[in-house]
Amino acid sequence: MGIGSICVAETPLLRFILRRADDALILGHRLSEWCGHAPMMEEDMALANMGLDLIGQARLLYAYAAEVEAAGRDEDAYAYLRDVRGYGNLLLLEQPNGDFARTMLRQFLYSAFIDPYWRALAGSADATLAAIAAKAEKESAYHLRHAAEWVLRLGDGTAESHVRAQTAVDELWPFTGEMFEVDASERGLIDAGVGVDPEPLRRTFHETVSRVLVQATLTTPQGGWMQKGGRNGYHSEHLGHLLSELQYMQRAFPGAIW
Amino acid sequence: MSDDARLREKLREEVRRVAGAVVDPEIPVLSIADLGVLRDVTVEDGCIEVAITPTYSGCPAMNMIAVEIEAALANAGLGPAKVKTVLSPAWTTDWMTDDGRRKLKEYGIAPPPKGTHRRLPFGKELVACPRCGATDTSPIAAFGSTSCKALWRCSSCREPFDHFKCH
Repeated sequence: MGIGSICVAETPLLRFILRRADDALILGHRLSEWCGHAPMMEEDMALANMGLDLIGQARLLYAYAAEVEAAGRDEDAYAYLRDVRGYGNLLLLEQPNGDFARTMLRQFLYSAFIDPYWRALAGSADATLAAIAAKAEKESAYHLRHAAEWVLRLGDGTAESHVRAQTAVDELWPFTGEMFEVDASERGLIDAGVGVDPEPLRRTFHETVSRVLVQATLTTPQGGWMQKGGRNGYHSEHLGHLLSELQYMQRAFPGAIW
Repeated sequence: MSDDARLREKLREEVRRVAGAVVDPEIPVLSIADLGVLRDVTVEDGCIEVAITPTYSGCPAMNMIAVEIEAALANAGLGPAKVKTVLSPAWTTDWMTDDGRRKLKEYGIAPPPKGTHRRLPFGKELVACPRCGATDTSPIAAFGSTSCKALWRCSSCREPFDHFKCH
């Protein structure tokens, strides 16, 4: 473990909150990497704006994690001081941005899942999670629409954009299975009405994805092997590199404030 | 109502008026009362608590709004006050007052349509140009200079304009 790292004694609820917070932070950070590099200014702003929504969601969730853990930490501690094995985000979200098509397809696949997920979580027996979900759901609906519009433009665009979009779908698809994974820790929360069972959302996800991909003249992969591990801290090499940038300041200058 | 309760109610009204007049730092033509960001004011045993709600999860103006509320109340001799953020029920553009919508339009920002709704990809949305009133308008960018705005253009008067997104 790195110097200054924290180790969180995770209860099922704390683990549940941190996994969702990590999803939002890691994708938000990936989108922020586009700042100043997007193919056009409007999309530069769009990617940064979506990243801002996601990092805002992450802050609300980390602040709630701090309240639940009651160990005197603040939201920053979870973001900046946990090592890669402590992160529970989906592998899909830590994948590098690649080209614009890959970034948009990643956004589309995640949004198609998380939008109905937030909607379901808005009915959680946990009032704070329900409130955060109700807020996030409005944002995810807008992200889904924006990403879907780009999937349509790219898939049904030029021969080049079509190939790039299809390659992105094919390469990202094996990471979508993890979204529906439920372990014993989450099963208890689902049974208690706090968590959400993702299984019934599978159909909504597939309907959204198929509808848009068909219209975009892209082929939806069928089944296939699914890569898992992110929820339990087994990540691709990409997350470590991402964290080294995200956490650099707090690691180099512990406790720095400005 | 006892004198005590009457006094407390008077203080509550005063706090609501002063805090509600704080403007959104990113759209200074709108007060937080116009926006529906000011949620509640309570006065309990002489302690003032002001509840505000974020428009978007990542709205960077929230901290500044909280500081400005504290400052406004202190300047009015009403402090100290505690500002807390509440999330539920989630803010929607339907909470924007009619007065707020009028001020937005005069400022050059097309107000959000009433009734929160979702659009399908490339779905039509009717937005009137805040300058000439024409509805022959189209989106330029889904995301604008702040979380709550999108960029549009008017085909009639040719002017680009901000549109406060329906949320």
